[in-house]
Parts: sequence; C-alpha cells; structure tokens
Amino acid sequence: MKSDELRRIAANGVWKQNTSLVQILGLCPLLAVTTNLVNGVMLSLATILVMALSGAVIASLRAFIPHEIRIPVFILIVAALVTIVDLSFNAYLHELYLVLGIFIPLIVTNCIVLARVEAYAAKNPPLQAAADGVFMGIGMLWTLALLGGMRELIAGGTLFSGIEMVFPGVEALHLLPADYPGFLLAALPPGAFILLGCMIAWKNWVEERAAERQRRTAPAQAAASTG
Amino acid sequence: MSASPEMQPAAQAKAPSAPAMAARSALILIVFVAVFTGLLAAAYLRTKPALEATALAEKTKLIDEVLPKTAYDNDPLKDAVQIAAVAALGLDEPSTVYRARRAGEPAAAVVEAVAADGYSGRIRLLLAIAADGTVLGVRVTEHRETPGLGDYIEPKKDKNKARPWISQFNGLSPATLSERDWRVKKDGGRFDSVAGATVTPRAVVKAVRKAALWVADNREQVFQ
Repeated sequence: MKSDELRRIAANGVWKQNTSLVQILGLCPLLAVTTNLVNGVMLSLATILVMALSGAVIASLRAFIPHEIRIPVFILIVAALVTIVDLSFNAYLHELYLVLGIFIPLIVTNCIVLARVEAYAAKNPPLQAAADGVFMGIGMLWTLALLGGMRELIAGGTLFSGIEMVFPGVEALHLLPADYPGFLLAALPPGAFILLGCMIAWKNWVEERAAERQRRTAPAQAAASTG
Repeated sequence: MSASPEMQPAAQAKAPSAPAMAARSALILIVFVAVFTGLLAAAYLRTKPALEATALAEKTKLIDEVLPKTAYDNDPLKDAVQIAAVAALGLDEPSTVYRARRAGEPAAAVVEAVAADGYSGRIRLLLAIAADGTVLGVRVTEHRETPGLGDYIEPKKDKNKARPWISQFNGLSPATLSERDWRVKKDGGRFDSVAGATVTPRAVVKAVRKAALWVADNREQVFQ
C-alpha cells in the first residue's frame, strides 16, 4: 500500500467522509450511546475492530462473492464476525468484555459496517479495506467522543464519567460547580440530534471557509480539485 | 459515497440462462452459510468451557453481593434446588434456587426473577430473600436498559456510589410495607428514580415485591 493511498484513506475516514458528520450513518447507536465520552469512545473502539476485520475478510473473499447476492453474504459475514468477536471477548478478555460487551451486539445493526463493506471492501484489496475500516472508525471515534463529552458536560457538568469501569480508581471530572442544576435534554436523544446538527454545521462552515480561501488564492486549482 | 460508479466485470462470452444463474447464486449462498455457520459453531464450542467457568465465578460473586456472608454457614451453591417456571417470578423457564441456612435452619433463598416490562425488554434480577420475606439484597444480572439513562439499576453504573439505587430494597418486607408504598416516588411510593427513566425502576420495584411475596408464601416448598 502506497503512503499517499494510506493518507487518502485516512483523510476520507477521519474528515472528508466522516461517518457521523458526512455519511450520517449509524445514528441509532450514536444517539443511544453518546450520553458520555467514555461510552462513545468504547463503542468506537469496538466498531474499529469489527470494521477492520470485516473489511479484511470481505476484501479477501470478494472474488468469490457474486454481485447479485453480495448483500446477504456481507450481512452473513459481518454478523458471524461480530458474534465470534463477542464470544471470544466474553471468554478470554472478560474484564474488557464487561466494559465493551454491551456495545458489540450494537455493531451488527450498525449500517456503517455494511456501508463501508459495500462501498469499499468489495472493490479493494484486504489491506486497504482494513485500513479503511480503521480510519472510518477513527473518524467515528473523535466525533462520538466530542459529542459524548459535550452531552455529559451540558447534562450533568461531568467529563469522563464511567471511566472507573475502564481504569479502576480514576475518577470522573466535575467541571461545573456542584449546584449546576443539570440539563436533561442533552442526555436524551433529542439533545444528541441537536448537538450533532451543530457539529455538522460547524464542519460545513470549516470546509466552506477552506474552499473560499482556496478559491481566492488559486482559482484554477480549486476547479480541478473538486473531483 | 464513493464517487466513481462500480466497474462491472466484463460480460461473459455466453450469458448463462436465468435458472442456471439462480441455481449458481443459491449454491454459492449455501456454501457461505455453511462455512460461516461452521465457524460460529466452532467458536461457540471453543469458548463454551471458558464461558461456563466465568458464569459460575460470577454467580458466586453475585451471591456474595446480595447475601452477607454472616447470614449463613452452608454453601448455597451446593444446596441448590431446581424449580419449575414460576409466573410470580416472571420466569418462563425452570430456574435454580440457592438456599442459605444457618445451623441447619432456613436463613435466606437466593432466587432469580425477571421483570418483563423494562424499557427495552426483560430485566433479570438475582434476589436474596430471607425466609420471612424480607429483602436482603438485589442485583440486576442482565438488562438492555439505555446506557447512561436507565442503567443506574446496576450499582456499577450508578452515580450514587455510597448508596446505590438498588440498595433501597435492603431490609424491606412486603409484610410491613404496603403495596401503595412499594412504588417509585413518582407513583406515590417511597422508591427514588431518576427523572427521564422511570419505566426501568418501576419494573424492578414491582418484580422485587412479587419475588419477596413468593418466597414468603412458598417458604415450605423452597426450604423443604
């Protein structure tokens, strides 16, 4: 894999094709889980693992999968992989399973996995497909971490609540004064929608500004690069 | 998503007939299903002993959590009895009751119960109920309540570490606390709940009362 190809995959996953902000995929787990930062990060880590695995497996088998029945085969492979990951975590990494466990079955229903498999892994070699899965997951990770962090801060004035499940002995941060009344809306799904909307608007604003600057400095190049 | 359209594989020299195509696709699908079902079965069989071992270790740990060690002097894991499905406990399958005794006398029963009306499905509980129906301890063993909202029924996720929500039942008995009071505060009872997540505690509160009543009513049968 060439380094500029890796860079392109990384840029797509982390920013340009960000699953939550651009593709707007996987909203169901996103809304349910990002009530705090730690949960958001944990779901993303589990998703990274499953996406890298399923990308690599499907890319390796892509020559044997007829185009007409690719979707059922993809679903079969993703579901089987998630179940195997779930069982192995439960059996051999039980401590980690207690933390990540509830998130792993959520991934089966996550359309990000199927979308990336269909859009990328089915047409590219295994290594690239695994890298695509990892970087799409990293894009999801920072988005969910930011969203989860904002939600718990607004809802209860804390940050990193639940961290003691991952690192025993570490305490959550209480950033707002103890008499902060809390703002329940942020902890509920509508709050997640509102904040996600703000994040999408922010991303579009950043991109528009970047495009504007580029137009001013090099008008000819800008036209060519919008492929 | 991806900007360039998918490149179709070059058309074959001779297009196969529709039934032949269908048969081929079906065959390939069957092969995939067989292979991945085989993988799943292998993973299940491989992980089964480890899963059973951790389940047993967790059961011991859970019993220790609901039942103070000072309350009994036998080994409840060995003094277990199978009971048929009991509707009062919300169970639709046989379950195991662990009996704690002190100097041979019935001290408490550790029973499983299910609250079927959780916010998202069944909530499984493990309860230690004294022979007279007093609740000694309750733990949630399985649930799918909303993470960060309804999951405070699990003491590990509860923000109140000093006095977790689930510990409110300790020492209460349906014999002394009427059904009117054995409700969440929102319904006029005495049990706390978190605003925005009342369905979950309501289900647990109801199931705990039913389980305590069942043990008190079936004392003879449970400890025989």
